[in-house]
Amino acid sequence: MINSSLQELAAALAEKKISSVELTTLFLDRIEKLNPTLNAFITIDREKALSLARAADAKLGAGETAPLLGIPLAHKDIFCTQGWRTTCGSKMLANFVSPYDAHVVEKMAAAGMVLLGKCNMDEFAMGSSNETSFFGPVKNPWDLARVPGGSSGGSAAAIAARLVPAATGTDTGGSIRQPAALCGLTGLKPTYGVVSRFGMIAFASSLDQGGPMAKSAEDCALLLNAMAGFDARDSTSLDRPAEDYTRDLNKPLAGLKIGLPQEFFGAGMSTGVRAAVEAALAEYRRLGATTVEVSLPNSNLSVPAYYVIAPAEASSNLARFDGVRYGHRAAEYRDLIEMYEKTRAEGFGPEVKRRILIGTYVLSHGYYDAYYLKAQQVRRLIAEDFRAAFASCDVIIGPTTPTPAFRFGEKGADPVQMYLSDIYTIAVNLAGLPAMSIPCGFDEGLPVGLQIIAPWFAEAKMLNVAHRYQQATDWHRRMPAGLEE
Amino acid sequence: MSLSPDDVSRIAHLARIEISAAESAQTREQLNAILAFVEQLQAVDTAGIVPMAHAVDVVQRLREDRVTEPDRRDDFMAIAPESEAGLYLVPKVIE
Repeated sequence: MINSSLQELAAALAEKKISSVELTTLFLDRIEKLNPTLNAFITIDREKALSLARAADAKLGAGETAPLLGIPLAHKDIFCTQGWRTTCGSKMLANFVSPYDAHVVEKMAAAGMVLLGKCNMDEFAMGSSNETSFFGPVKNPWDLARVPGGSSGGSAAAIAARLVPAATGTDTGGSIRQPAALCGLTGLKPTYGVVSRFGMIAFASSLDQGGPMAKSAEDCALLLNAMAGFDARDSTSLDRPAEDYTRDLNKPLAGLKIGLPQEFFGAGMSTGVRAAVEAALAEYRRLGATTVEVSLPNSNLSVPAYYVIAPAEASSNLARFDGVRYGHRAAEYRDLIEMYEKTRAEGFGPEVKRRILIGTYVLSHGYYDAYYLKAQQVRRLIAEDFRAAFASCDVIIGPTTPTPAFRFGEKGADPVQMYLSDIYTIAVNLAGLPAMSIPCGFDEGLPVGLQIIAPWFAEAKMLNVAHRYQQATDWHRRMPAGLEE
Repeated sequence: MSLSPDDVSRIAHLARIEISAAESAQTREQLNAILAFVEQLQAVDTAGIVPMAHAVDVVQRLREDRVTEPDRRDDFMAIAPESEAGLYLVPKVIE
């Protein structure tokens, strides 16, 4: 049951082979057993989860049917949940209980999903390894000495270890796709604006996007159906007609044109990652796709542009954490300014402080044009590169990460080295495109991710490309040794 | 562009984050490394390029000028570090 797809779980629930309470208990028991080792969850509430499961069972008993009704779920701890703690991986919000639900949380609850708990994450979603959480690092279930990726690493580790069948994540520079790749999962970042950011604690507002993480593309399509939709409370939410993201899953791939950006296949990629990606491309050709070389000439500028834009927006967004209305407040201070300064010094970890300081600097008088404005101009060049590339291909494919999961502490001392972990994912956020990572093999026993990037709003096509590959391969069904039922 | 110790103090004050003397040197080193890294943007010719503030062109929506949210003052005050009589308590600002 722990390895079942969401469709299989829904069928088992509908046919009364298992109740939602039994299914929820199964996963809660696994969390109880394995979370002390993995640290994938920050908050678990057995009673609340079982109460949601009982409500789902009552609906199922009354003959109600819905694709996700009664299926357990976990939320990244960046999504506000009324009645549950929402920490965002920070001491600043260690005891914060939101007075409202995020839009995504409302949508998943309306779909009948059963919330098991809140997943660990890099503090305020700033990190590529899940080493910056105030609640300690998350371990990668494939190798406990290695990182699960960040910042949605708790969600990724929880699904990889089969502690939950699906989870939410957020992706500002690759934070759904990179941990999905490092943990052997499927993770999807939708087009910017497709999923509401209301109640999702803001890091960099023009880049942040919530999305689903699960074992397969088919599962992600079902989850995206529930998550997506217009929300008047988010001014960047797009008012578009509802879509069924499962509609194209089984279309044949004959005639599909895959763009291969030369910039994604250069130096820096490990031999094992390169071999796995090339084998996946061979599989796509066997399925009827053709490949064409495309160029993203400004992609080398995506990481530096991101590390101006994201900190700038973070410095503004995180100004709200000042100890006045919620969250941590320093115990001793002489005046208001000292209260702010001590509160923020105590409440934020080193990476968050670093990014706030960089953001404050690049937005400060005299430097705005040289840094922030320049980065926003480069951002347009990067987006235009994608627009030009999509004139000659349907999707772009490449590696999600240059290497498989790295060891704890390996990149911690050098922020810039850590930032380069997201070298293949960041450009997508700057351009606002949809993209996903699917498992495509192993490098020295560790999962490798294949990144599929689609034009704006082409999620259904992208899911088709991923699903057909997953029908022909079984990488997405593999699970870490020693964690079987 | 390299930040001096005074620059770091000034930025920290603007950001409202206290940085101890012990943290200052390491912070300066890391900030300078990041700024050196992003410096490569300066070599790009961006003349005539319109800055892209948002990934997807959006128009700020307007709504009817009417009250839609209920009064939840008690809920929001309940999570404040210090409050009294419906007000957030902070150190005295005006003498």
